[in-house]
Amino acid sequence: MNVTRGFTGRPRVHNPGLPPGQYDAGEDWPVLSAEVTPDLAPADWSFRIDGLVERPHTWDWDAAHALPASAYDGDIHCVTGWSKFGVRFGGVSLDAFFDVVRPRASATHVLARSHTGYTAGLPLADVTGGRAWIAWEYDGRPLPAEHGGPARLLVPHLYFWKSAKWIAGLTLLDHDEPGFWERNGYHERGNPWQEQRYSGD
Amino acid sequence: MPARIAVSEQVAAVWQTATVAEIRRETPRAATFRLAVPGWAGHLPGQHLMLRLTAPDGYTAQRHYSIASAPDDSGHIELTLDHVPDGEVSGWFHTVARPGDTVEVRGPLSGFFAWPGDRPALLLGAGSGIVPLMSMVRHHRRLGLTVPLRMLVSARSPEELIYAAELGAETTAVFTRSAPPGVPVGRMAAAHVAPLLAGSPAGGWEAYVCGSNGFAEHASRLLVAAGQPVDRIRIERFG
Ligand SMILES: Cc1cc2nc3c(=O)[nH]c(=O)nc-3n(C[C@H](O)[C@H](O)[C@H](O)COP(=O)(O)OP(=O)(O)OC[C@H]3O[C@@H](n4cnc5c(N)ncnc54)[C@H](O)[C@@H]3O)c2cc1C
Repeated sequence: MNVTRGFTGRPRVHNPGLPPGQYDAGEDWPVLSAEVTPDLAPADWSFRIDGLVERPHTWDWDAAHALPASAYDGDIHCVTGWSKFGVRFGGVSLDAFFDVVRPRASATHVLARSHTGYTAGLPLADVTGGRAWIAWEYDGRPLPAEHGGPARLLVPHLYFWKSAKWIAGLTLLDHDEPGFWERNGYHERGNPWQEQRYSGD
Repeated sequence: MPARIAVSEQVAAVWQTATVAEIRRETPRAATFRLAVPGWAGHLPGQHLMLRLTAPDGYTAQRHYSIASAPDDSGHIELTLDHVPDGEVSGWFHTVARPGDTVEVRGPLSGFFAWPGDRPALLLGAGSGIVPLMSMVRHHRRLGLTVPLRMLVSARSPEELIYAAELGAETTAVFTRSAPPGVPVGRMAAAHVAPLLAGSPAGGWEAYVCGSNGFAEHASRLLVAAGQPVDRIRIERFG
C-alpha cells in the first residue's frame, strides 16, 4: 500500500451500496458526454433493433410508449467516481422490445448506438432478463436532453457509460464489438463492483 | 461525433508512483504540481490521467486530472489544480503536498480529447478547463508547429486567469466578473466565436471545449450556432 503522507480523506461511514472507489454524489447528477447535446424532439426519435434477430424492427416514440411501462428504482454508478442512490427512471424494459424482434440463438452481444454516433458494446446477457431499459422519464419528468433525453439506454448494474444517451438502436452480434469508450481504453464489461474501469482491470 | 485519435493504451492499466518535484502558484485558487513519473510512457496534448491518494487505513480517493504540460522526454508531467472548497483531493494538494511527497497515477487516458497537432485547432475553455488546452498550446510552441491554433478562454477576473503570463497572440480572454480597464465584462458570446469561424483555415477547425458542464453546454452551442460542424467538436466536462 502506497500511503499518501498527511492524507486522511473525508470522515466516512461504510456504505454497503457504494462500489469500491466510488463516492456518493448526493443530489448532484454530473453530465459527462464528449459531444454536443443534440436537440432531438420525441417526434424525431426512433429506436431500431437489428442484426441477429428474427424480425428487425423500428419503433417511433408512440409505438415505444405503447409497450408495457416499466420503472427502475435504484442506484447508478459512473466510472468517473460518483454514484447516485435511489434514482427513479421510467420507460420500457428492453425485454419487451426483444419479445418483438426475437434474438437468434447465435446472438451473444449487442452494440448500442445513439442518434449522435456514440456506441457502446455489451454482452446480450447484460441487457436481458429485466436488467436494462429504454428510459424517457427521470423522477417522474421527461428525461433532460443533457442526460440523454428524449430517451436513453439504461443498464444500471454496469458503469453508466454503457447506458448510451439519445439511444437510436441495438445491433445483435455473435461477438463483442468495442464501442466508443471501449475503443478509448475503457473496460469491455464495466462492472462497478469489480472496478472494471479500464481495459486490463 | 468525431472519431477517436489513436493512442497506446497498454500503460493505462498500471498505477505508477509519482513524486512531487515542484509546486508553482498560478492564481490565488490554482497551483501547478510538477510530478516526476519515471515510467511515464508519454501522452498526447489534451489527455488526462487518474490520480489516487491513499489514507493509512487503506481508504483511497481517485480523481481525473488533465495533463497541463506538453509531451516531452523530461520524465515529468505537470497538473494544474483548482482548490475546490472542501475538496478531498485538491484540498490535500493545496494544503499538505510538498516536494518529495508521492501519489499514484495511471494513464494517459482517453484519445478522444487529444490533439496530436495535425489539424487547425480552436480551443474554448473556462476556469481550470484551460489546463488540457494549454498542453496543446505548449505542444504547438515547443514543436514550432505552423498549423493554425486559436484559444478563447473565460475567467472570472484577470487575477484568476490561469497561465496569464504565458498566453500569447493565439489567445483571447473573456472576463465574467471583473476585467482590465477598457475590456468589457461578460460571458463568452457569439461575438467572440463568430470572427474565429469567419476566419476558418482551409479544411476548418477541430474544436475542443473544456470546463464545467454549464460552460461546455454554453460554448458548444455557440460553436454550433456559428456553423462549426457537431462532428468536429470535442468536449471534456470536468463535472
Ligand atoms: C476528465 C477530467 C479532467 C479534469 N481535469 C482537471 C484539472 O486539470 N484541474 C482541476 O482542478 N480539476 C480537474 N478535474 C476535476 C477533478 O477531477 C476533481 O473533480 C476536482 O479536483 C475536485 O476534487 P476534490 O477531491 O478536490 O473535491 P471533492 O472532494 O470531489 O469535492 C467536490 C465538491 O463536492 C463536495 N463533496 C463531494 N463529496 C462530498 C462528501 N462525501 N462530503 C461532503 N462534500 C462532498 C465538496 O464539498 C466539493 O464542493 C477534471 C475532471 C475530469 C472529469
